[in-house]
Formats: sequence, C-alpha cells, structure tokens
Amino acid sequence: MNSPGQPMARATVATVDHVARLARLSLSDEERETFARQLDQILAYAESIQTLDTAGVEPMSHAAARQSFRDDVVRPGLLRATVLEGAPDAAEGLFRAPRILAG
Amino acid sequence: MTPLFRLSATEIRRRVADRSLSAEEVTRAHLDRVGAVEPRLDTLLLPLADRALDRARRLDQALASGEPAPALAGVPVVLKDVLDLEGVPTTCGSRILEGYRPPFTATAVERLEAAGAIVLAKANMDEFAMGSSTENSAYKKTRNPWDLERVPGGSSGGSAAAVAAGMAALALGTDTGGSIRQPAALCGVVGLKPTYGRVSRYGVVAFASSLDQVGPLARTVEDAALAASVICGPDPCDATSAAVEVPDFAAASAQAPRGLRVGVPWRFLEEGVEAGTMDAFRRSLALLEGAGARIVDVALPHLPHAVATYYIVATAEASSNLARFDGVRYGLRRPAPDLLGMYGQSRDHGFGPEVKRRIILGTFVLSTGYYDAYYLRAQKVRTLIRRDFEQAFASCDVVATPTTPTPAFRLGEKTEDPLQMYLADIFTVPASLAGIPAISVPCGLASGLPVGLQLLARPFDETTLLQAAHAYEAAAGLGLSPPL
Repeated sequence: MNSPGQPMARATVATVDHVARLARLSLSDEERETFARQLDQILAYAESIQTLDTAGVEPMSHAAARQSFRDDVVRPGLLRATVLEGAPDAAEGLFRAPRILAG
Repeated sequence: MTPLFRLSATEIRRRVADRSLSAEEVTRAHLDRVGAVEPRLDTLLLPLADRALDRARRLDQALASGEPAPALAGVPVVLKDVLDLEGVPTTCGSRILEGYRPPFTATAVERLEAAGAIVLAKANMDEFAMGSSTENSAYKKTRNPWDLERVPGGSSGGSAAAVAAGMAALALGTDTGGSIRQPAALCGVVGLKPTYGRVSRYGVVAFASSLDQVGPLARTVEDAALAASVICGPDPCDATSAAVEVPDFAAASAQAPRGLRVGVPWRFLEEGVEAGTMDAFRRSLALLEGAGARIVDVALPHLPHAVATYYIVATAEASSNLARFDGVRYGLRRPAPDLLGMYGQSRDHGFGPEVKRRIILGTFVLSTGYYDAYYLRAQKVRTLIRRDFEQAFASCDVVATPTTPTPAFRLGEKTEDPLQMYLADIFTVPASLAGIPAISVPCGLASGLPVGLQLLARPFDETTLLQAAHAYEAAAGLGLSPPL
C-alpha cells in the first residue's frame, strides 16, 4: 500500500492493540504506550526500504540451497506419556485447556 | 606450565588421545575454573558438573580399553540454552519455558557428544536469542570478561564469555543476525556462522527459521574448524539441512590461501564506525596484505538497508514461530477462565519486553494492509542483498568488515533504545540475510576492549573462509586473554 512518496505508516496505541489481539498478547497500559512509541520509531527507520526499486525482483523466503529429504518410512515417534509429562495440565492422555466458548 | 583451562580444543584432544591427560582431569580443571570466575561473570544458566564428570570417566574407560579417540575427545563445551539436551531443562533465557525438559537432543549436540566432547553447562542468552547484549535474559545479566561493567554481546553472550574466560574450550551458539559473531567479537574469541543449511536445526528452539544457524565459538580458528567438521552435515530430521559434503575443515584451514582477494565495502564503512575499531580493522587488512592477500573495493550497494530488512523478516518469522508458546503443551501457564484469556495471560507473563516488542513488530508487518509494504518488500530487498554478494564474489574470495561498529558497550547503555541496539547488528545481518558463511576473528584491542574482524565467503565455501581467518590469525599472532 505504501509506495515511494506516500506518507509512511504511523503506529499508535490502537495499532498495538489490534496487533496484540492478533498475537494473543494481553499487554499492560504501560506496555501498550511504550510499544506504540517504539514501533513507530522502528517503522520510521525501516521506511528506507520503501525508496528502493523492487519492480521485477523475486521475494526471497529462505536461503536453503540444497535441501535433504529423508525416505518416507515409518519410524517410532515420541511416546504420548513422555510428551504429556511436559504439559501444564493433562488428563486421560490429553492436554487439558480452559473452556473455549463462554457460558 | 599452561593451565589446563587455557589449552585449545585441538591440544586437549591430542593429549586425551595419547593419554597423557585424562578427560576427567580436563573436566575437573574447567569445572574449577567455572568455580573461580563464574561468580563474577554470570555466564551459565545450568551447570551439569555430575553429568560431565560421569561422561568424562566413561570416555577415559573407553580409551583405556583401546577404543579410538573421537574428534573432540575430552573437549569441554558449553551449550547456548537454545539447544536441547534430552531430559535437561531448556529455558531459552525465557520464563515461558520454565520447567520444560525436552524429550530429544539437538542433532548438533548429539554429534558433539558422539565425538567425545564433554558438556559442562547450558549458557545464558538473550531471551529466544533476541538481543545483542544478553541483557534480555529473564534470569541474569552476563558480564564481559574484559570489563565487568560491559556487556558480552548477544545473543550467545554466555557462550562467548565462557570461552573467553577459559570455562570451556568450545561453545555452541546460534546466529540469526549475528548472535555468534557479535558476542565473539566483543569477548575476543572466534565465532563461526556456517552457511545456512550446513548445521541441522533439529532440537534448536526456532527464532527465525530462514536465518537461524548453529555454530561454534572457540579461542582459535583451528578449534572452530574442528568443531564445524563435527556438527555440519545433512540430517534426516531437518529438511533444510544441506546435502553437501563436509570437508575436514581443520586440515583444510591450515593451508595458506593462494592469491586471496579480500573485498572491502569501503563506502559502507565511511560512517558510524568507532575510531579504535576502524584502526584495528585497517591494521588487520595490512596484515592480510602482508600475508599475500590483495585488497579490492566492493560495492554491496544495498547494505544500508540490511538492518531494516532483517528486522522485518526476522520478527515476522519470530511472531509466527512464537505462536506455539500458548500454555497448552509445555512451559508456563497462567490460569484464566477461558482459552483466549489463558493464552494472553500466559504469553504476557512468560515473555519479556524485547520478545513482545518483536512479536508486535512481526505481527504488524504480516498483518492485512501492511504485508506488501513491509514483509513482501523486505523479502525482495533480501534478494537484492543476496545479489550484491553474488556480484561482490565475482571480484573477491572473501569480504571483510569490522564485526561490530563499536567494542563492548556498557550494561544498560542501550536497553532503553531498541533501535540503537538493533543498529549494533549492522555488519552482521547482511550475511544472515544472504545465507552465506561468516566468521569473526579477534583483531586487537581498542581502549582495552576486543575488536573483531569479520570475514564472509560464498555459500558452502567455509574452507576459503577458514583459510583466510587462519592466515590472518597466524599473521597477527595476538593470543588475547582477558585480565581475569
């Protein structure tokens, strides 16, 4: 949406609130204000990349040159009991979580 | 006589192999050193003394019964606490992983132990490897062995300080944007980030998957090369590990490079490099020239955009990777009446400020309306940076820069200004974005603090990189050790 010459994105407390909701973070009021100020600063700095001509340039998602795939054969995985040992709350061989729907 | 804690990994291995020294003696000497200096440095999160002594004794028995000595027999190592060791807590420097014991061992660690290395401890780090000073650890602040009022660098600051202080001959760290090279430079040790894909990431807590790479920290180039030969190589558990042959790096690096061309991006170094650092850098180029190298100018025109590009790409990936810490399957959970409340509370209490800041930034650059302008555009600039290097390597074999713009800064100096902290990574993030190998080698002192020379090479050409680093190290003959 931003192209050279257009005003840059500004971050506000509302921006942080929106993003924190997406990221499942419950922030304190102090954190919301601090992060809004810092996000705004960082985005202002990152604005430099908007000045570059990237027309026709392929995006680079990784640098993996020569990947190695293993044969698709059945191997033993982790035992359920071993995995559940690390769980904050487990019951009947399952992870237990708080209710998903209110009411 | 040189105290045992000052011996190189290569020398320890040689003497354990010819049985003039036992692995147990070496382990005890290093544990004693830990006892003597750790209270001043706070480099470690979890000592593993009993486990280490037990494994050292078993190695000694195996050698006594005539078994051949493996490549790292008896070499004491510390592991950055981002690497899993089965049954031993991994904290990643974070409260959110408190109590977590991984049910598997990282491939790089498995290979080290199979080669006879003795793991002494898990080392301190910036939370989730996010930081350049190790001040973002939720547990303790590590001090620089050269000046206790200064940071050791980060995020592998505990690993670098431990090796500099003689607590271990080797350490493993991870490098996403400089997290091996920058602390190595600030603590006066060698730090190698291999080519992306050289080392398996299996069992390494993910920060930014397209950038994360495991590598060694050591006091000599030869030791770093020795460790690299052990940990590199494809792994069925990581599809991004490269199916590329691994040479004997230690043997290869001992050979003098022929007709080495060293590219220097002079324009990029014009501003912002502290004077003492620049002096040390110029002296190191003169030494390389004296050793037969030719210094050439290279352009790398997109490097001024590398920090912005890196902090968009890396935080986007981090925001996605860190979504797994949800209080359900492992780690910290804060109770709440409903699921969304539990997620939010657990994550708010479990993550420290820098991790939250990066999740916020990363989620922002991926969010509707901003994805194209930030994340997609940064990925394109990443391509431009990689092309810059391809062009540079047409006229040189390695690129040289200072590893960092300044020596170690004071504790607390940059904690209130995240952008200033990010800018400390200006010389290390380009190699990470391009996925190429890079090394930091000590190149002298500026006002009594170590300075690092950074060398970069073509993908999978660690051999030339290590040869150049070794040639420099031999020409400089510094042998720095901190005044502890």
